[in-house]
Amino acid sequence: MKFFTRKRSAASAKERLQLVLVHDRTDLTPGQLESLKDDLLKAISQYIEIDPEAVRIELERDGREQRLVADIPLKSSSRHRAG
Amino acid sequence: MTAQVFTITSGKGGVGKTTAVANLATALAMDGKRVVCIDGDIGLRNLDVVMGLENRIVYDIVDVIEGRCKLKQAMIRDKHYPEMYLLPAAQTRDKNAVSPSDMVRICKDLRADADFVIIDSPAGIERGFRNAIAAADSVIVVTNPEVSAVRDADRVVGILEAEEKGNPSLIINRLNPTLVKNNDMLSAEDVLDLLGIRLIGIVPEDETVIIGSNRGAPVVTDGKSRAGTAFRNIAKRLQGEDVPFLDLAPQSGLWNAIQRLAGRK
Repeated sequence: MKFFTRKRSAASAKERLQLVLVHDRTDLTPGQLESLKDDLLKAISQYIEIDPEAVRIELERDGREQRLVADIPLKSSSRHRAG
Repeated sequence: MTAQVFTITSGKGGVGKTTAVANLATALAMDGKRVVCIDGDIGLRNLDVVMGLENRIVYDIVDVIEGRCKLKQAMIRDKHYPEMYLLPAAQTRDKNAVSPSDMVRICKDLRADADFVIIDSPAGIERGFRNAIAAADSVIVVTNPEVSAVRDADRVVGILEAEEKGNPSLIINRLNPTLVKNNDMLSAEDVLDLLGIRLIGIVPEDETVIIGSNRGAPVVTDGKSRAGTAFRNIAKRLQGEDVPFLDLAPQSGLWNAIQRLAGRK
Protein backbone atom coordinates (compact mmCIF):
# COMPACT_ATOMS: atom_id res chain seq x y z
CA MET A 1 0.00 0.00 0.00
CA LYS A 2 2.86 2.31 -0.83
CA PHE A 3 0.54 4.73 -2.58
CA PHE A 4 -1.33 5.67 0.57
CA THR A 5 1.68 6.11 2.79
CA ARG A 6 3.59 8.23 0.27
CA LYS A 7 4.20 11.73 1.59
CA ARG A 8 2.36 14.26 -0.53
CA SER A 9 4.65 16.36 -2.68
CA ALA A 10 3.52 19.78 -1.43
CA ALA A 11 5.05 19.06 1.98
CA SER A 12 8.41 18.11 0.43
CA ALA A 13 8.30 21.21 -1.74
CA LYS A 14 7.79 23.42 1.30
CA GLU A 15 10.45 21.73 3.41
CA ARG A 16 13.00 21.86 0.61
CA LEU A 17 12.23 25.50 -0.11
CA GLN A 18 12.52 26.45 3.57
CA LEU A 19 16.07 25.11 3.62
CA VAL A 20 17.08 26.52 0.24
CA LEU A 21 15.74 30.00 1.03
CA VAL A 22 17.59 30.19 4.35
CA HIS A 23 20.86 29.50 2.56
CA ASP A 24 20.04 31.75 -0.44
CA ARG A 25 19.16 34.67 1.82
CA THR A 26 22.22 34.41 4.04
CA ASP A 27 24.56 33.47 1.22
CA LEU A 28 25.85 30.75 3.54
CA THR A 29 26.32 27.20 2.23
CA PRO A 30 25.39 24.26 4.48
CA GLY A 31 29.16 23.55 4.78
CA GLN A 32 29.92 27.11 5.91
CA LEU A 33 27.11 26.91 8.45
CA GLU A 34 28.68 23.73 9.85
CA SER A 35 32.10 25.37 10.30
CA LEU A 36 30.42 28.43 11.85
CA LYS A 37 28.83 26.09 14.42
CA ASP A 38 32.18 24.40 15.11
CA ASP A 39 33.93 27.74 15.61
CA LEU A 40 31.13 29.00 17.83
CA LEU A 41 31.29 25.91 20.05
CA LYS A 42 35.10 26.11 20.25
CA ALA A 43 34.89 29.73 21.37
CA ILE A 44 32.24 29.04 23.99
CA SER A 45 34.06 25.98 25.32
CA GLN A 46 37.04 28.18 26.21
CA TYR A 47 34.87 29.80 28.90
CA ILE A 48 32.26 27.27 29.95
CA GLU A 49 31.78 23.56 29.68
CA ILE A 50 29.04 22.65 27.24
CA ASP A 51 27.38 19.45 26.20
CA PRO A 52 28.23 19.21 22.48
CA GLU A 53 25.69 16.43 21.90
CA ALA A 54 22.76 18.59 23.02
CA VAL A 55 23.73 21.73 21.12
CA ARG A 56 21.27 23.07 18.56
CA ILE A 57 22.33 25.93 16.27
CA GLU A 58 20.02 26.75 13.39
CA LEU A 59 19.11 29.48 10.96
CA GLU A 60 15.46 30.33 11.40
CA ARG A 61 13.09 32.45 9.36
CA ASP A 62 10.61 34.89 10.77
CA GLY A 63 8.78 36.52 7.88
CA ARG A 64 11.60 38.09 5.86
CA GLU A 65 14.01 38.12 8.80
CA GLN A 66 16.71 35.56 9.32
CA ARG A 67 17.91 34.58 12.73
CA LEU A 68 20.76 32.41 13.92
CA VAL A 69 19.27 30.63 16.91
CA ALA A 70 21.53 28.74 19.31
CA ASP A 71 20.38 26.54 22.13
CA ILE A 72 23.52 25.50 24.00
CA PRO A 73 22.90 23.57 27.21
CA LEU A 74 25.72 23.89 29.73
CA LYS A 75 27.11 20.93 31.60
CA SER A 76 26.12 20.97 35.27
CA SER A 77 28.46 23.51 36.73
CA SER A 78 31.63 21.91 38.12
CA ARG A 79 31.70 24.67 40.73
CA HIS A 80 28.21 23.67 41.82
CA ARG A 81 29.24 20.02 42.01
CA ALA A 82 32.32 20.87 44.06
CA GLY A 83 30.20 22.87 46.49
CA MET B 1 -3.19 63.72 -10.67
CA THR B 2 0.03 61.90 -11.25
CA ALA B 3 0.30 58.30 -12.36
CA GLN B 4 1.37 55.45 -10.14
CA VAL B 5 4.12 53.37 -11.71
CA PHE B 6 4.00 49.61 -11.09
CA THR B 7 6.63 47.14 -12.27
CA ILE B 8 5.71 43.48 -12.66
CA THR B 9 8.67 41.14 -12.21
CA SER B 10 9.38 37.54 -11.18
CA GLY B 11 12.97 36.36 -11.46
CA LYS B 12 12.01 33.18 -13.27
CA GLY B 13 10.68 33.37 -16.81
CA GLY B 14 7.38 31.93 -17.95
CA VAL B 15 5.41 32.49 -14.74
CA GLY B 16 2.95 34.90 -16.35
CA LYS B 17 4.41 38.42 -16.03
CA THR B 18 3.36 39.57 -19.48
CA THR B 19 -0.08 38.01 -19.07
CA ALA B 20 -0.42 39.81 -15.74
CA VAL B 21 0.59 43.17 -17.25
CA ALA B 22 -1.82 42.84 -20.19
CA ASN B 23 -4.68 41.79 -17.93
CA LEU B 24 -4.14 44.35 -15.18
CA ALA B 25 -3.74 47.16 -17.70
CA THR B 26 -6.89 46.12 -19.56
CA ALA B 27 -8.87 45.75 -16.32
CA LEU B 28 -7.77 49.23 -15.23
CA ALA B 29 -8.77 50.61 -18.64
CA MET B 30 -12.16 48.87 -18.27
CA ASP B 31 -12.53 50.79 -15.01
CA GLY B 32 -12.01 54.02 -16.95
CA LYS B 33 -8.40 54.60 -15.97
CA ARG B 34 -5.76 56.03 -18.29
CA VAL B 35 -3.08 53.35 -18.57
CA VAL B 36 0.29 53.07 -20.29
CA CYS B 37 2.05 49.70 -20.44
CA ILE B 38 5.76 49.56 -21.13
CA ASP B 39 7.36 46.39 -22.48
CA GLY B 40 10.71 46.28 -20.71
CA ASP B 41 11.90 43.12 -22.40
CA ILE B 42 14.19 44.62 -25.06
CA GLY B 43 15.01 42.04 -27.72
CA LEU B 44 12.25 39.65 -26.63
CA ARG B 45 9.19 41.77 -27.27
CA ASN B 46 5.93 40.03 -26.32
CA LEU B 47 3.48 42.37 -24.65
CA ASP B 48 2.40 43.57 -28.12
CA VAL B 49 1.21 40.11 -29.22
CA VAL B 50 -0.46 39.31 -25.91
CA MET B 51 -2.39 42.60 -26.23
CA GLY B 52 -3.13 42.06 -29.92
CA LEU B 53 -1.28 45.22 -31.01
CA GLU B 54 1.64 43.69 -32.92
CA ASN B 55 0.53 45.03 -36.31
CA ARG B 56 0.44 48.64 -35.18
CA ILE B 57 4.03 49.14 -34.06
CA VAL B 58 5.91 51.88 -35.87
CA TYR B 59 8.40 53.12 -33.29
CA ASP B 60 9.62 51.55 -30.03
CA ILE B 61 11.10 52.59 -26.71
CA VAL B 62 14.68 52.64 -28.05
CA ASP B 63 13.59 55.00 -30.86
CA VAL B 64 12.30 57.33 -28.15
CA ILE B 65 15.50 57.09 -26.10
CA GLU B 66 17.72 57.65 -29.12
CA GLY B 67 15.63 60.60 -30.30
CA ARG B 68 14.23 59.14 -33.53
CA CYS B 69 10.69 59.93 -32.45
CA LYS B 70 8.67 61.65 -29.77
CA LEU B 71 7.31 59.57 -26.87
CA LYS B 72 3.72 60.11 -28.07
CA GLN B 73 4.58 58.80 -31.55
CA ALA B 74 5.82 55.47 -30.14
CA MET B 75 2.77 54.92 -27.94
CA ILE B 76 0.22 52.58 -29.52
CA ARG B 77 -3.40 53.17 -28.68
CA ASP B 78 -5.38 50.02 -27.80
CA LYS B 79 -8.03 48.80 -30.24
CA HIS B 80 -10.84 48.67 -27.68
CA TYR B 81 -9.83 51.03 -24.89
CA PRO B 82 -8.76 54.44 -26.25
CA GLU B 83 -7.33 55.43 -22.85
CA MET B 84 -4.85 52.53 -22.90
CA TYR B 85 -1.48 52.67 -24.63
CA LEU B 86 1.46 50.36 -25.18
CA LEU B 87 5.06 51.54 -25.40
CA PRO B 88 6.65 48.57 -27.18
CA ALA B 89 10.12 47.14 -26.64
CA ALA B 90 12.69 47.17 -29.43
CA GLN B 91 13.05 43.77 -31.01
CA THR B 92 16.44 44.14 -32.68
CA ARG B 93 18.41 45.64 -29.80
CA ASP B 94 19.60 44.41 -26.41
CA LYS B 95 19.06 45.56 -22.84
CA ASN B 96 22.05 47.88 -22.97
CA ALA B 97 20.16 50.21 -25.33
CA VAL B 98 18.18 51.35 -22.25
CA SER B 99 19.48 52.65 -18.93
CA PRO B 100 17.70 53.00 -15.58
CA SER B 101 17.72 56.80 -15.96
CA ASP B 102 16.05 56.50 -19.42
CA MET B 103 13.21 54.59 -17.75
CA VAL B 104 12.91 57.17 -15.00
CA ARG B 105 12.77 59.98 -17.59
CA ILE B 106 10.14 58.25 -19.75
CA CYS B 107 7.96 57.49 -16.74
CA LYS B 108 8.30 61.07 -15.54
CA ASP B 109 6.96 62.26 -18.90
CA LEU B 110 4.07 59.77 -18.71
CA ARG B 111 3.03 60.54 -15.16
CA ALA B 112 1.19 63.76 -15.94
CA ASP B 113 -1.17 62.23 -18.51
CA ALA B 114 -1.87 58.77 -17.09
CA ASP B 115 -3.35 57.21 -13.97
CA PHE B 116 -1.28 54.03 -14.13
CA VAL B 117 2.00 53.08 -15.80
CA ILE B 118 2.66 49.33 -15.79
CA ILE B 119 6.11 48.07 -16.70
CA ASP B 120 6.64 44.49 -17.85
CA SER B 121 10.06 43.42 -16.57
CA PRO B 122 12.15 40.80 -18.36
CA ALA B 123 13.00 37.60 -16.49
CA GLY B 124 16.27 37.50 -14.60
CA ILE B 125 18.00 39.93 -12.26
CA GLU B 126 20.30 41.62 -14.78
CA ARG B 127 20.26 44.95 -16.60
CA GLY B 128 16.74 44.62 -18.04
CA PHE B 129 15.31 43.94 -14.59
CA ARG B 130 17.26 46.88 -13.12
CA ASN B 131 15.87 49.12 -15.87
CA ALA B 132 12.35 47.90 -15.22
CA ILE B 133 12.41 48.59 -11.47
CA ALA B 134 14.25 51.93 -11.70
CA ALA B 135 11.12 54.04 -12.14
CA ALA B 136 8.70 51.93 -10.09
CA ASP B 137 6.73 53.39 -7.21
CA SER B 138 5.67 49.84 -6.33
CA VAL B 139 6.80 46.43 -7.49
CA ILE B 140 4.59 43.39 -7.96
CA VAL B 141 6.27 39.99 -7.95
CA VAL B 142 4.56 37.19 -9.88
CA THR B 143 5.24 33.59 -8.95
CA ASN B 144 3.79 30.12 -9.47
CA PRO B 145 3.25 27.66 -6.60
CA GLU B 146 6.28 25.68 -7.67
CA VAL B 147 9.79 25.34 -6.18
CA SER B 148 11.89 27.08 -8.83
CA ALA B 149 9.48 30.00 -9.26
CA VAL B 150 9.23 30.58 -5.49
CA ARG B 151 12.99 30.40 -5.05
CA ASP B 152 13.59 32.95 -7.81
CA ALA B 153 10.83 35.19 -6.45
CA ASP B 154 12.59 35.17 -3.09
CA ARG B 155 15.86 36.28 -4.72
CA VAL B 156 14.05 39.14 -6.43
CA VAL B 157 12.37 40.19 -3.17
CA GLY B 158 15.80 40.19 -1.50
CA ILE B 159 17.22 42.46 -4.23
CA LEU B 160 14.22 44.81 -3.99
CA GLU B 161 14.79 45.05 -0.23
CA ALA B 162 18.47 45.79 -0.75
CA GLU B 163 17.59 48.45 -3.36
CA GLU B 164 15.04 49.94 -0.94
CA LYS B 165 12.24 49.69 -3.47
CA GLY B 166 9.70 49.28 -0.66
CA ASN B 167 7.70 46.18 0.11
CA PRO B 168 6.70 44.36 -3.07
CA SER B 169 3.34 42.66 -3.29
CA LEU B 170 2.77 39.17 -4.58
CA ILE B 171 0.61 37.59 -7.27
CA ILE B 172 0.43 33.82 -7.07
CA ASN B 173 -0.36 32.80 -10.63
CA ARG B 174 -1.50 29.45 -12.05
CA LEU B 175 -2.64 27.93 -8.79
CA ASN B 176 -4.40 24.62 -9.40
CA PRO B 177 -7.04 24.21 -6.63
CA THR B 178 -7.42 20.46 -7.19
CA LEU B 179 -3.69 19.82 -6.83
CA VAL B 180 -3.61 22.03 -3.71
CA LYS B 181 -6.54 20.12 -2.22
CA ASN B 182 -4.69 16.85 -2.84
CA ASN B 183 -1.57 18.32 -1.18
CA ASP B 184 0.35 18.02 -4.40
CA MET B 185 0.84 21.75 -4.93
CA LEU B 186 2.08 24.46 -2.56
CA SER B 187 -0.94 26.36 -1.26
CA ALA B 188 -1.19 30.15 -1.34
CA GLU B 189 -0.57 30.09 2.44
CA ASP B 190 2.61 28.03 1.96
CA VAL B 191 3.95 30.45 -0.65
CA LEU B 192 3.12 33.47 1.51
CA ASP B 193 4.74 31.89 4.54
CA LEU B 194 7.90 31.18 2.54
CA LEU B 195 8.18 34.58 0.86
CA GLY B 196 6.92 36.74 3.73
CA ILE B 197 5.46 39.53 1.56
CA ARG B 198 1.99 40.99 1.10
CA LEU B 199 -0.46 39.12 -1.14
CA ILE B 200 -2.33 41.12 -3.77
CA GLY B 201 -3.92 38.27 -5.71
CA ILE B 202 -4.23 34.58 -6.46
CA VAL B 203 -4.95 33.61 -10.06
CA PRO B 204 -6.17 30.08 -10.72
CA GLU B 205 -4.75 28.02 -13.56
CA ASP B 206 -7.22 28.55 -16.36
CA GLU B 207 -7.22 27.48 -20.00
CA THR B 208 -9.01 30.70 -20.99
CA VAL B 209 -5.68 32.52 -20.45
CA ILE B 210 -4.11 30.63 -23.36
CA ILE B 211 -7.21 31.12 -25.51
CA GLY B 212 -7.10 34.84 -24.72
CA SER B 213 -3.44 35.17 -25.63
CA ASN B 214 -4.03 33.22 -28.87
CA ARG B 215 -6.52 35.89 -29.82
CA GLY B 216 -4.61 38.85 -28.43
CA ALA B 217 -7.53 39.53 -26.08
CA PRO B 218 -6.66 39.49 -22.35
CA VAL B 219 -9.03 37.26 -20.29
CA VAL B 220 -10.26 40.12 -18.12
CA THR B 221 -12.59 40.94 -21.01
CA ASP B 222 -14.15 37.46 -20.65
CA GLY B 223 -16.72 37.77 -17.87
CA LYS B 224 -16.85 34.00 -17.36
CA SER B 225 -13.11 33.42 -16.95
CA ARG B 226 -12.02 32.70 -13.36
CA ALA B 227 -8.51 33.96 -14.08
CA GLY B 228 -10.10 37.05 -15.61
CA THR B 229 -12.11 37.66 -12.43
CA ALA B 230 -8.96 37.23 -10.33
CA PHE B 231 -7.09 39.80 -12.46
CA ARG B 232 -10.03 42.24 -12.36
CA ASN B 233 -9.99 41.96 -8.56
CA ILE B 234 -6.25 42.68 -8.45
CA ALA B 235 -6.84 45.77 -10.62
CA LYS B 236 -9.44 46.94 -8.07
CA ARG B 237 -6.91 46.43 -5.27
CA LEU B 238 -4.37 48.52 -7.23
CA GLN B 239 -6.97 51.29 -7.16
CA GLY B 240 -7.12 51.00 -3.38
CA GLU B 241 -10.35 49.00 -3.12
CA ASP B 242 -10.66 46.27 -0.54
CA VAL B 243 -11.84 43.25 -2.54
CA PRO B 244 -12.10 39.84 -0.85
CA PHE B 245 -9.99 37.02 -2.31
CA LEU B 246 -11.75 34.52 -4.58
CA ASP B 247 -12.87 31.21 -3.17
CA LEU B 248 -10.64 28.84 -5.09
CA ALA B 249 -12.08 25.58 -3.81
CA PRO B 250 -11.91 23.02 -6.60
CA GLN B 251 -15.09 22.80 -8.59
CA SER B 252 -16.41 19.25 -8.73
CA GLY B 253 -16.79 17.55 -12.08
CA LEU B 254 -20.54 17.45 -11.58
CA TRP B 255 -20.73 21.15 -10.73
CA ASN B 256 -18.64 21.96 -13.78
CA ALA B 257 -20.92 19.82 -15.93
CA ILE B 258 -24.01 21.62 -14.60
CA GLN B 259 -22.42 25.01 -15.22
CA ARG B 260 -21.52 23.98 -18.74
CA LEU B 261 -25.08 22.85 -19.36
CA ALA B 262 -26.32 26.16 -18.02
CA GLY B 263 -23.94 27.92 -20.41
CA ARG B 264 -21.94 29.51 -17.63
CA LYS B 265 -18.56 28.05 -18.53
